[in-house]
Amino acid sequence: MTGEIGLLSLSLALALALVQSLAGLAGARGNGARAAAVASGAAMGLLVFVGLAFASLIFGFVTSDFSILDVAQNSHTAKPLLYKITGAWGNHEGSMVLWVFVLSLYSGFIAFAQRGGTRLTSAALGVQGLLAAAFLLFILLTSNPFVRLDPPPFEGAGLNPLLQDPGLAFHPPVLYAGYVGLSAAFAYAAAGLVTGEADARWARAARPFMLIAWIALTLGITGGSWWAYYTLGWGGFWFWDPVENASLMPWLVATALLHSALATERTGAFRTWTLLLAILGFSLSLVGTFLVRSGVLTSVHAFANDPERGFFILMMLIAAIGGALVLFAWRAPKLESGSAFHPVSREMALLLNNLLLVSAAATVFVGTLYPLALDALTGKKISVGPPYFAITFAPIFIALLLLVPFGPRLAWRRGDLKSAVRSLAPAFGAALIAAVTALAIAVPRNVAGAGAFGLAAWLIASSIVDAVRRNRERAFGWTAAASAFAHAGLGVTLMGLAGTLVWKSEASDVLAPGQTMPIAGYELRLRDVADVNGPNYFAKRAEIDVWRGGRRIATLAPEKRSYPAEGQAVGKTAIRTTGFSDLYVALGDERERGRWVVRAYVNPLAPFIWLGGGIMALGGLASLLGRLGIRFKKSVAYAAAE
Amino acid sequence: MSPKKRRRLYFAIALVVAGAGGAALIVRALQDNVLYFYSPSDIATKHVPPDVAFRIGGLVEKGSVAHGPGTEVRFIVTDGRKRVPIAYSGALPDLFREGQGVVATGALARGGVFRASEVLAKHDERYMPPEVVDALKRAGRWKEGGT
Repeated sequence: MTGEIGLLSLSLALALALVQSLAGLAGARGNGARAAAVASGAAMGLLVFVGLAFASLIFGFVTSDFSILDVAQNSHTAKPLLYKITGAWGNHEGSMVLWVFVLSLYSGFIAFAQRGGTRLTSAALGVQGLLAAAFLLFILLTSNPFVRLDPPPFEGAGLNPLLQDPGLAFHPPVLYAGYVGLSAAFAYAAAGLVTGEADARWARAARPFMLIAWIALTLGITGGSWWAYYTLGWGGFWFWDPVENASLMPWLVATALLHSALATERTGAFRTWTLLLAILGFSLSLVGTFLVRSGVLTSVHAFANDPERGFFILMMLIAAIGGALVLFAWRAPKLESGSAFHPVSREMALLLNNLLLVSAAATVFVGTLYPLALDALTGKKISVGPPYFAITFAPIFIALLLLVPFGPRLAWRRGDLKSAVRSLAPAFGAALIAAVTALAIAVPRNVAGAGAFGLAAWLIASSIVDAVRRNRERAFGWTAAASAFAHAGLGVTLMGLAGTLVWKSEASDVLAPGQTMPIAGYELRLRDVADVNGPNYFAKRAEIDVWRGGRRIATLAPEKRSYPAEGQAVGKTAIRTTGFSDLYVALGDERERGRWVVRAYVNPLAPFIWLGGGIMALGGLASLLGRLGIRFKKSVAYAAAE
Repeated sequence: MSPKKRRRLYFAIALVVAGAGGAALIVRALQDNVLYFYSPSDIATKHVPPDVAFRIGGLVEKGSVAHGPGTEVRFIVTDGRKRVPIAYSGALPDLFREGQGVVATGALARGGVFRASEVLAKHDERYMPPEVVDALKRAGRWKEGGT
């Protein structure tokens, strides 16, 4: 019964999405207030019915209703409850339902908040309705999660063990909140073009959606990287895998968008550019969806290979991007241009920021799609790895990081470079001290690593300098807090990257019980390898004592688990962190006579990588609170002075 | 030319120069830093020079895996026509088995042994790396539905 309720809900949702799009676009006209009201109502209805469909699917997974094909293929009765719930989106069909659910959440939010007035809201809802209809059609035609199976099997096929992790509860929903949040920015951009209202007021209306999307993308990428780190057993946290790149590209463009929209909202500058970035950001989200869902890639993220789906998404991609760009080419020249600015000004800094961020996104785009294009055209199989990104992406990003501190210190319209340089002198000093200290203390001596530390200190210290100065000028509000946190977070992440990439120690050996292996001042002693059974797996668990300075300081227990239902095996790493350094141990394969391969890493400052991501997200949150008009202490006067 | 137009022209020139520089950077990086994928038959026909990194894929030949000393492993990868010996030091992936598909990254050393820096196996008994499927198909040794 739940399957039929779900399918019916999806069909009704499709009808409501069409109503929302037609009424929304009709309401964009000057006298379309009633149509706009209908669009808002339809958006609420859409949320209810997609929510109902999503709930039915989760209910099917929780109750192990194997008469539903999707449940039979992706679940198992022995799976713990958490993974039955999260398993609902741990497969292609369910993940698309989650996608549409998040989309309808944003539609509901747009309808509820009515930001930027009736016409703009209505047009944005119209565009969102079109997107929702396209994705619902995609689900119903190619990825129906409620297909019945007769007779139902006795037991399900289970869920990929790599996905049987608490990370599955957070990573996909948060990342989708980011991907799909960019659809709201896209919808507002299209609405601005349709109504011709793409001015500072437009930017103020659309920015919260950009901020929510950016915060979610930041947290989604950070969380995904952490999950990969503790799951995959290689001590790595970023692999330049096409699927990771698919999330990095929208993040880079969304970051550019946030900064560009800031200028649009303050002085009306970069109007058309901001619109273009909003279109580009969501387009890259769709490209990411295409890469992951079409089966052109093989990865843990790509659940099933089905050319029909790939074709459908490709058509959707072309329609959305092409339509938006045509609209842009047609309407953008009619928009008024913003006010002029001096070559030394906040606007110029933001322009440079945008140029560098978009170039960085372009290098990732080429590195990700070139192998696919080459394979399609010539049949040659290549892979593009870290060396390519080290040459192209890294220099651009380093240039960007060097310039970041100047932006907040320059005034709008016309800035004073000399006074900016003078105010940043303490930060420059801190950067020098950090670089020299790293060069003197860290072993082995490494110039690149020391440079990275200097750059990180430059970012963090300049954020502090900026915050202190603004506080002295009684101008410290949400906006200043936002840039200080976001930019300092970059520095913290950079420290983590430098520590892990440059000063990582690595050891692996074949150990019999009682044997030891040294790594970076620790002594690892394999005590025993025992059989343990989990709810739906059998595991070999190693007990490894960690010795340091003649004292046993910890016992780590990495595992190797095999899942009989799924016929797969995964490792479970053991990590001991001090907050400043990780000792990371993974159990390898069994060799002859009960001896085991043990792999260990010491990753200095690794936790900083994800901590920095969290700090950046806090910066986004501060900006969002400011944008939504939440008071910063009793400093309403500050915000006005900003 | 008005000052505004001149500023725009300079800006456009700067953009073009930056774009061209970026494109040149990307093209160079792509020339030198991509890894090609070869099957054992490709290696025999293409005369891949030693010390050039690439990826190789095929099936681990039955009875070819030898361990030691330490974490050293030696095995042979085959596409049914040609065989390439592989040496690797480190932990093997969870589903590394004889008769199953693997992809290794590394370079040929002198004597024709492929020195691998990384070995990837399928993490799922049902899944075969697509490059390996392709290599087996080209060697005429691919049976649909079986390994």
